[in-house]
Amino acid sequence: MSDTATSANTAAAKSAAAGPRRPAPSPRLSFNLRQSGIYVAFALIVVLFSVLTGGDLLQPQNISNIIVQNSYILILAIGMILIIISGHIDLSVGSVVGVTGAIAAVLMVNHDIPWALALVLTLVAGAAIGAWQGYWTAYFGIPSFIVTLAGMLLFRALTLTVLGNQGIGPFPDSVRTLSNGFTGGYLGNVALGPLGGADLFSLLAAAASIAALAVTQWRTRQARRGYGQTVDPLPVFIGKIVAAGALIMAVTVQLARFHNLPWVLVLLAALVLGYSLLTGRTVFGRHIYAVGGNLQSAVLSGVKAKSVVFWLFVNMGVLSALAGVIFAGRLNQAGPTAGNAFELDAIAAAFIGGAAVQGGVGKVVGAITGGLIMAVINNGMSLIGAPSERVMLVKGLVLLAAVAFDIWTKRRSGAPLLR
Amino acid sequence: MVDDILTMSGITKTFPGVKALEDVSLSVRRGEIHAICGENGAGKSTLMKVLSGVYPHGSYEGEIRFDGEPCRFAGIRDSEARGIVIIHQELALCPQLSIAENIFLGNEQAKRGVVDWNRTNHEAGRLLERVGLPANPVTPIADLGVGKQQLVEIAKALSKRVRLLILDEPTAALNDEDSAHLLDLIRGLRDEGITSVIISHKLNEVLAVADTISILRDGRMIETLDPSTGGVTEERIISGMVGRDLEHRYPPREPEIGSEVLRIEDWTVHSPSQPDRPVVSGANLRLRRGEIVGLAGLMGAGRTELAMSVFGRSYGTGASGRLYKDGKAIEARSVGAAIRHGLAYATEDRKRYGLNLIQNIKLNVASAGLSRLARLGWVHDHREYQVAEEYRTSMNIKAPDVLAVTGKLSGGNQQKVVLAKWIFTDPDVLILDEPTRGIDVGAKYEIYSIINRLAAEGKAILLISSELPELLGMCDRIYTMAAGRITGEVDRADATQERLMHHMTMDLTTNGANGADTANPSDTANPVDTITKEQAG
Repeated sequence: MSDTATSANTAAAKSAAAGPRRPAPSPRLSFNLRQSGIYVAFALIVVLFSVLTGGDLLQPQNISNIIVQNSYILILAIGMILIIISGHIDLSVGSVVGVTGAIAAVLMVNHDIPWALALVLTLVAGAAIGAWQGYWTAYFGIPSFIVTLAGMLLFRALTLTVLGNQGIGPFPDSVRTLSNGFTGGYLGNVALGPLGGADLFSLLAAAASIAALAVTQWRTRQARRGYGQTVDPLPVFIGKIVAAGALIMAVTVQLARFHNLPWVLVLLAALVLGYSLLTGRTVFGRHIYAVGGNLQSAVLSGVKAKSVVFWLFVNMGVLSALAGVIFAGRLNQAGPTAGNAFELDAIAAAFIGGAAVQGGVGKVVGAITGGLIMAVINNGMSLIGAPSERVMLVKGLVLLAAVAFDIWTKRRSGAPLLR
Repeated sequence: MVDDILTMSGITKTFPGVKALEDVSLSVRRGEIHAICGENGAGKSTLMKVLSGVYPHGSYEGEIRFDGEPCRFAGIRDSEARGIVIIHQELALCPQLSIAENIFLGNEQAKRGVVDWNRTNHEAGRLLERVGLPANPVTPIADLGVGKQQLVEIAKALSKRVRLLILDEPTAALNDEDSAHLLDLIRGLRDEGITSVIISHKLNEVLAVADTISILRDGRMIETLDPSTGGVTEERIISGMVGRDLEHRYPPREPEIGSEVLRIEDWTVHSPSQPDRPVVSGANLRLRRGEIVGLAGLMGAGRTELAMSVFGRSYGTGASGRLYKDGKAIEARSVGAAIRHGLAYATEDRKRYGLNLIQNIKLNVASAGLSRLARLGWVHDHREYQVAEEYRTSMNIKAPDVLAVTGKLSGGNQQKVVLAKWIFTDPDVLILDEPTRGIDVGAKYEIYSIINRLAAEGKAILLISSELPELLGMCDRIYTMAAGRITGEVDRADATQERLMHHMTMDLTTNGANGADTANPSDTANPVDTITKEQAG
């Protein structure tokens, strides 16, 4: 494997020598900087607020709060990053969260429909809303900014209509458990020395996912080597797995000491895994990047661009409905203002998480990290008693800085800024 | 004593990897009409962009003197201040604004920042009279035909007190009547003392109007002719434009031509912006296995439009005609269907239409043939890497690995990625649109070798090129197009540049009403811009 690396290097050196106008090939370094800068920034922000809060940030209950309080934004961010990668935007998700929460409330509370069936019906309603916006955007050709700006008003109006201008609640226990609840202590507690008791089931779940991560990564590495690709050297590879495992375990231990795993965390983990596979490993995922990277080229390569955009909006609608149910369940009430300004948080999460302004670039994990950065800033600043105007100020500057960084790295790398 | 209003001497302009102009000198006498002729890519437009400051002083070598004084233009504003105005082939008017607003755009007739509309429209009306356009100055540009828009451009130039007017292909989009009017106008301006430089492919017009003819070839000034001395004919100009030297720039090849694989019959396509105007009319072509067939034509002849409309109707509206693949009639109404029928089209504009520049080689190579790497919607990404790596090696794509971003590759390597992308779809017919545009000589040879290899594998190649030597060096058979029609089919043995150029220019005037109605440059320059509307689904 080191052989292939050296030969690639010498080949690169040769070509650099042969063609003087081509700069020495260091594109991957800057690209990686662009992709990994976000994780570095997240780590620094966590460290900063841990210090500022005297360690309160990482207390078991606080970690749990950060996750539960931001779960719906993170779910929206997953859908939003896909939309942004394809070169579009969705300003209506906050209103869709409102209207779907309202629909769920009417079904579950007013009509006593079993919660699971009501949830499915609500997700279908979300899909229908997404299909509406997808039709106007993809097939009719109205810019998504306009379509979803209209949607923002339409679905807020619909929210008020469905609710009759008043809140509806309370929600069934199952829904509240999904939003606010935790996995049961199925296997009892174990003692972790000075850390006290912790839920064994949570710890085993974390250990199992770490093991699964390690095995799949190892198999991918082996397969890549088999196909002659360059891979990380073994120590680096092990280092990365250990670091990821330690992070997962540390978070889980803290959660296990508090109240076990929040159900929304389990749901989020499944969504992140699923959507990462969708974007990274499927034909549909490739098409999303192709449409956003160069629409004309994608169309001329046989990609059904309109269909791709349409289904992304349908997907956004479904995820908004899911977020809507979770948010309503968390408040135990569907209210007329539910979801206000959520679209801004979701869009900010996607852009902080490395989405490119012109589309074509971005990762699901990046959007989640972007959402967590905002969550930690929110939480950390409120812990140190900062007034809300200062929180807004910082969040605004972070968003601006993140996009400025994106454009700066792109300009530095010489890639075209305009399509 | 010769009174030169403009002298350009020793102009050399280099783009990455390409020398667009090499030691070009040009003298324009005061009050003459000076025509510049040359093939596509000979450097005509580049020379005019150097002159007008589009390429600012310092980005080229050499000296420009206007009225005897050296000029160092930093931009178009500088050259316009001296009275040099360029009218581009693609008209730069705002369609929603009125004639008067367009004429004075950037030069508003204002008092203390407030536009004086009476003066604006009055002055515009006077300028329109001068150019012979009887129209109300408040008419929106969108309501005018292309010929009248051209006159508005000239009126705009006059409003800037133009002394040297540069017209880049002014009549390419005009019908005969409008062309004649425009040429009369230019003669009239000459009598008023305005010097003009005209770039034109229409040699009959050049001979009719020019006092001096300069010929560019491959970025070099070849000769300057004086039509008044006699003996200057279209053939004489063509021989200057194409040159005579055909070196060993093309790899040798033994053609093994098999059965017919694609037949295009009676193919007609209309402009997407003007659905009643045909851009391609009644074209018939056939391609055989192992054969490299050329498609020659000047800009706006309809070559790209023909190719793209055949390739899954990715250009134009109201396409009609028949396609036969291996003798059987096929329908290819979408790009996906065209790919499934074994067609491939590598675009002339790889950056805009061929590549996802922000992504790596691997994803670009796989983008058109992704279904070959996927099962039930899942991409086999190791296989994808392996495939891309194979093409990187076999096509000698110079990059450290296939994860290099295509936007950073040189033009030749980008072109190889585009080719790899289409070869991977395993097509029977490859349409290659200007595959060597903007590529240096070494990479060209590599591309030619790849094309030969594909033909040897039994694929049929349709090679669209503006470089006649390239077509002569590569092709077994060459079709010529002009004004949307196939005007000739020449076998390799009989083909000469003069003969092709004759077919490419011949029927602009002789082919009747439809033939004279040539393509609108705003359509032909960017045929794909409309696909998002027409075809993206």
